[in-house]
Amino acid sequence: MLSDTDYARLRWRARRGLLENDLVFERLFKRRGAGWSEDEHAQLLRLLELDDVLLWDLIAGRSDDWPEGTAEMVALLRETLRNP
Amino acid sequence: MALAIHKYDAVVIGAGGAGMRCSLQLARAGLKVAVLSKVFPTRSHTVAAQGGIGAALGNMDEDNWHYHFYDTVKGSDWLGDQDAIEFMCREAPKVVYDLEHMGMPFDRNPDGTIYQRPFGGHSAKYGEKPVPRACAAADRTGHAMLHTLYQQNVRSNTIFYVEWMAQDLIRDAEGDVVGVTALEMETGELAIFHAKCVLLATGGAGRIFAASTNAYINTGDGLGMAARAGIPLEDMEFWQFHPTGVHNAGVLLTEGCRGEGGILRNKHGERFMERYAPKLKDLAPRDFVSRCMDQEIKEGRGCGPNGDYIALDLTHLGAETIMKRLPSVHEIGKNFANVDVIREPIPVVPTIHYQMGGIPTNIHGQVVVPKDGNPNTVVPGLYAIGECSCVSVHGANRLGTNSLLDLLVFGRAAGNHLIETALASKAWKPLPADAADRTRERIARLDASTSGEYAQDVANDLRQTMQKHAGVFRTQASMDEGVKRVMEIDERARHIALKDKSKVFNTARIEALEVANLMEAAKATMVSAAARKESRGAHTVNDYGDTPEFPLGRNDRDWLRHTLWYSEGNRLDYKPVNLKPLTVESIPPVKRTF
Repeated sequence: MLSDTDYARLRWRARRGLLENDLVFERLFKRRGAGWSEDEHAQLLRLLELDDVLLWDLIAGRSDDWPEGTAEMVALLRETLRNP
Repeated sequence: MALAIHKYDAVVIGAGGAGMRCSLQLARAGLKVAVLSKVFPTRSHTVAAQGGIGAALGNMDEDNWHYHFYDTVKGSDWLGDQDAIEFMCREAPKVVYDLEHMGMPFDRNPDGTIYQRPFGGHSAKYGEKPVPRACAAADRTGHAMLHTLYQQNVRSNTIFYVEWMAQDLIRDAEGDVVGVTALEMETGELAIFHAKCVLLATGGAGRIFAASTNAYINTGDGLGMAARAGIPLEDMEFWQFHPTGVHNAGVLLTEGCRGEGGILRNKHGERFMERYAPKLKDLAPRDFVSRCMDQEIKEGRGCGPNGDYIALDLTHLGAETIMKRLPSVHEIGKNFANVDVIREPIPVVPTIHYQMGGIPTNIHGQVVVPKDGNPNTVVPGLYAIGECSCVSVHGANRLGTNSLLDLLVFGRAAGNHLIETALASKAWKPLPADAADRTRERIARLDASTSGEYAQDVANDLRQTMQKHAGVFRTQASMDEGVKRVMEIDERARHIALKDKSKVFNTARIEALEVANLMEAAKATMVSAAARKESRGAHTVNDYGDTPEFPLGRNDRDWLRHTLWYSEGNRLDYKPVNLKPLTVESIPPVKRTF
C-alpha cells in the first residue's frame, strides 16, 4: 500500500497530454486505488516517465519496446484497456 | 513567512507548443526565461494534435497564402480579425520551414519536399477545389513538434519549473503585470516569480464539458488567472466540436481520416455530406460537418440501435493506407469502439474539441483591454499565446490545422516583439507589497474549510451542466437556464472543502484550485453564449435559423462584434471585429456555403 503522498504523486503523473492515456489510468486507479507493491509502484513510475505517444503505443499493443522490468505493468495496462 | 522570489526577464506559463516556441525565441536571444508547467513539457496537450500545420507551401498543388487567408476568414464566419489572419497566413510557411530546420520530422514527397495532405475547409482559388495544405509528421504532428521544441529549448538554456502551478498575476498600482505567484506541488510552497513580462500559454479549458477530446490537464488556468486579474475573456461562446469523436469515449479521430478519403455515412449508408456541401463534401469545415451530423441524427438517420451516431467509413482506403497514414485511428477503433476500421465503419459523434475564444491580444501577443475609448489598449507586461488567447484568427470557428499554426506563429511573434522592444535592457518594476495576498487568501480559505463539497463533485456537475446547456445543440431557453445553473454551481465552488490539509503533493488542493479556473471559463462561456442572439460558426442556436434577412441565422447587422466577458460583476462588453487586413483587400461577409 502506498503512502498518501506517493499515491498522489503517482496519480498526478498519470495526468497526461493524451486523453486516451488519461482514460486508461483512470480505469486502473479506480480498480486498484493505492494498493501497489513497491515493485509495481516502481514500474508505474518508469512507464509514466515515457512520452504520451510512446506510452500509448505500449498500452495499445502497437509497440513491445517497454522499459526493462516493466512487462508486468504493461500487461496490466493492456488488460485494463481491453476490459473497461 | 516571506515567500521565495525567483527573478527572470520573462516567465512563460505553460509548456505546450505556444509556450515553448516563445521561450525558445527568447532564450535564443540570451534572455533569462523560466517556463512553468503543471506537467513535464512533452506531456502537454499539444502532443495530441494529429492532423498537421496549415501552410500554403504549394508542394502538392497550386496554393498561396491568399487562398489560406480566404479559407480562414470564411471558416471563422467573418468573426476573425482580418489583420491577424493575414499575419498568420503570411507567416505560416516561415514557421514551418523554421521548424523543419530545427529537425522536425515532417512527412516527405519523393522529391524531398514536405508532404501535404488535404484537410477540411482547405481550398484553392477561393473555395473552388480542395487543396493539400497540411504539413504533418504521420498522425503525430503535435508529438514531433513538442519534442523538437523541447530539445531546442534545453539547448538554449530555458529553465523549466515542472510540476508547478501558476496561480495569480501580480499587477502593480498602474495595472502593469510584474510577475506571477505559483505553487510548487512537491513542497506545497507558494513562490513569487518576478518578471519583466509574463506570457500565458496555458491552453484551453475543454474540461468544462463532459464530452471532450481534451486531456484532463486542460482546465483553463490562464483564463482563470486573467479573469481574476480584471482582464476580460473574448468570444468564449465559440467552442469547436470535432466531427469525429469516438461515440461514448470522446477520443478523437483525426480529421486526417477525412483528408485521406474517409466518408461519413448515415444509417442508410448515404454519403450525406454530398447533399449539404456539394463541393467540399466530407472536407467541409468542422462546425458545418458537426451540424450536418447533428441534423442527420435528429432527423432519424443516425446509426446504431439508438440512432445516435454517424458511421465514419474508411474501409475503401485499404489496410496499407490506413496503417501507413492513420495508424493511431486503427488503434483507437480497436480499443475504444471495438471496431477494426479496415473492415467496418467506426461510430462517431461531434465532440467538444477546441476553444476559439480566450484572452484578447493583438498580433504581437500583447494582451489588450478596452480603456479610455480604445478597445485594444495594451496591458503592459502581459502576453497571451496559443489556445488560451484570442487574437482572433479563429473567430467563430477554427479551420483545421490552424491551431498548431497559431501556436507557432504567435509564440514566435510574441518572442520577437519582446526582443525588438528591448526587453533585455528594461528594468524590473518593483513588486507591490501585496503581491501574493490574493493567492494566499485563496489557499488559506481552502485550508480553513471544515465543511463543504469536494472539488471533483462540483467539477462534474459543472461539466454536465455545460454539456446540456452549451453543447452542439443550443436553444435560447436552454442557454438562459444554463446561466442560472452555472451561477448556482459558482456559489457552491466558493465553498469547496479540503479534507486533506497536508502540503506535500496535495493534489486535492491543486484540483480545488483548478476548479476555480474552470468556473471562470464556464461562466464566460455560458453568459456570452446566452447573450449572443444569432447563429454564427460554432454558436448555432435553434431559435436563430435561416431567414432572408439573416442567412443561416447570422445577424451581421447587430452581432458582427466580439464579446468581452468580465468576471467582476459577471458583465459583458463588446468590441468591433477588424475587417481590415494589413495589406490586401477585405473579404466582405457573405452567406457561408460549401
